[in-house]
Amino acid sequence: MAAVLFWVFSCVSIGAVLAMILSRHPAHAALWLVLAFASLGGLFGLLAAPFVAVVQIIIYAGAIMVLFLFVLMTIDAKAGIPGEKRTFALAAAIVLALLLLAEIGLAARSLLLAPAAAVSDSIKTAAIGRLLFEKYLYPFEITSLLIMAALVGAVALVKKKDGA
Amino acid sequence: MIPAGWFFAVAAILFGLGVTAFFVRRDLPTQFLAVEIMLNAANLAFLALAKPASAAAAQTIVLFIITVAAAEAAVGLAVILVVFRRRKSVRSEDLRILKG
Repeated sequence: MAAVLFWVFSCVSIGAVLAMILSRHPAHAALWLVLAFASLGGLFGLLAAPFVAVVQIIIYAGAIMVLFLFVLMTIDAKAGIPGEKRTFALAAAIVLALLLLAEIGLAARSLLLAPAAAVSDSIKTAAIGRLLFEKYLYPFEITSLLIMAALVGAVALVKKKDGA
Repeated sequence: MIPAGWFFAVAAILFGLGVTAFFVRRDLPTQFLAVEIMLNAANLAFLALAKPASAAAAQTIVLFIITVAAAEAAVGLAVILVVFRRRKSVRSEDLRILKG
């Protein structure tokens, strides 16, 4: 059962990312990515991380991608149609990606060839909460500062200057 | 049980596809989406390779990564909006100021 789910989720996520690369409209690309992130959430669930899986689906596939679509609606989506020099860029990008894949595979070949036993039993959400508010309390608070800074920064960037 | 190496392989493929997408697509929003793919592939690798003893810590750190990604998305989208307002275009080929 878990193996079937693994193949379904990984094939859907990789296929959705491929469709995102091939789709010409940025909004379609974003919608494909929602599917990819949702199935990635399924993979997280298979890795015995149910809380992260739910966060992935609600925050990533939900909130962040909707923000993306929201911004895409305000800009001229037709501006994103690819140019003429696409074949060269495509070939270069594929070569680069294959090189990168080979490099990652080489670096982690012991891991790929002799796979470790997969994750143990599911982590309780309470354990994550405990870590978050005890061991990682300072990072947690700093993260809230970061979000505040990002919020203020985004508003300051987009705000129209007076008289301009 | 599924070996952790398989999850890692999926993460590596997704990362490679993200790199490909970044270089193939020529509009800022889609390139930004490609960066998000790479971030998610890194998350998957992080969760897949965590030792069972530190799995809870790995999940906590992935939560931090998602939070930082949300902040990055907010600022990045604001930058894209400003670029579009100034140039009426989001194609990265149209942004040539740095080329001199």
